[in-house]
Amino acid sequence: MAELNAGGGAGHGKHEKKRAKKLSTRVDMTPLVDLAFLLLTFFVLTATFNKPKVMDLNFPYDKEDANDVKSEVRNGITLIASGNDKLYYYSGGLDKDPKLTEISYKADGLRKLLLERNAEVVSQIKALGEKAQKTKMADTTFKREVVKIQSFPDALVVLIKNDDKAVYKNIIDIVDELNITKVGRFVVVDDLDPKEKLMLEQIKTNP
Amino acid sequence: MPKIKMPRSSPSLDMTPMVDLAFLLVTFFMLTASFRQVEPVVIEAPSSIAEDLLPENVVQVTIDKDGRAFFGMSGFEVRKNTLRQIAEEFSLKLDEDHYQKFAGMNMFGVDTRQLPQYLMLSESERENLGSKGIPYDSTNNQLKTWIDLGRREAAKEYQRLKEEAKERNRPFKDDGLRYAIKADGKAPYDKVKEVIQIFKDLNIYRFNMITNVEEEPKI
Repeated sequence: MAELNAGGGAGHGKHEKKRAKKLSTRVDMTPLVDLAFLLLTFFVLTATFNKPKVMDLNFPYDKEDANDVKSEVRNGITLIASGNDKLYYYSGGLDKDPKLTEISYKADGLRKLLLERNAEVVSQIKALGEKAQKTKMADTTFKREVVKIQSFPDALVVLIKNDDKAVYKNIIDIVDELNITKVGRFVVVDDLDPKEKLMLEQIKTNP
Repeated sequence: MPKIKMPRSSPSLDMTPMVDLAFLLVTFFMLTASFRQVEPVVIEAPSSIAEDLLPENVVQVTIDKDGRAFFGMSGFEVRKNTLRQIAEEFSLKLDEDHYQKFAGMNMFGVDTRQLPQYLMLSESERENLGSKGIPYDSTNNQLKTWIDLGRREAAKEYQRLKEEAKERNRPFKDDGLRYAIKADGKAPYDKVKEVIQIFKDLNIYRFNMITNVEEEPKI
């Protein structure tokens, strides 16, 4: 490879004419390649390709609007996250003396429950998805239709509460499950009702 | 018997195209690389199926697993201007050096009064010193001041860019300021709640929670 020969050695004869030495134009590129690939490896490994992904989350307004029409909830679940990754839920309103039940964060727990209760919406969104693929529906139209389906009166409404012992991951896990099961109407509420506190107390001492 | 002559092939090959390619790739990666800055804390964010990208223009509050809060925002100029407002608010004595250092910092978590000394430290010294987080309790709510002044400066910059784009007849990417929260999965929700309450007090109700990616399960 090293072809930049200095042509020394032979040719010390008397009659040797002084001649311009023929230099090869080839240069040994091995070190150059080494360096290039070293740099390449460095930049590939340090490159941060993806920006972080984010999940949209809206919180309710603190001040209640007097003009706010309180629609009747026909299909509601309240989830209460507690410490040690425990999760409890009850259906319907508090006035009907609901029963608190423990449920797991796993797919056969929370997700199964939500899918059962939100079956109508899930199947409709699935059908819409197939239709959208066939008719090449625009993305924005599709999203609008999904929101329309999610706000049917019979669609599941979820309240997310916690008893101050929950960790951030619990809340995100719940919201994530809601997104997976296409629940459009949910809200993260801060405070527990005294009645709910009592129910939590009871289920913890006497599961 | 005649000798079989093996064709003599030189072991050297022409590497020029390979070098070309390698340098092309090096150039590409060099130009596209954005270096990850040293963050004062390690955050293990929970994962979700969300696939939206973090917007360009954000105010970001980070909460670590002990509930310490860190503040960061995008934009070199915006950070500088925000620090100017903060210096006035807390009557800090700062010089141009401080501003330059702060503008290059994407996140910090110290008491605002200690900020001038903190800025003058080297990166390793900062690491050794550690961060106590920005106070955000009700008696000393510095985080609120940061968020409030930060969003004002961001809005000013946004307006300025918009006008500049209009003047030059350039298209303007209408990308308003968003609020991102990045919290450790083990952070007590109590603390996250407190931070969210600060935003709510400033009439901000919509957030982008930064999460790790997870594959969407089939349902």
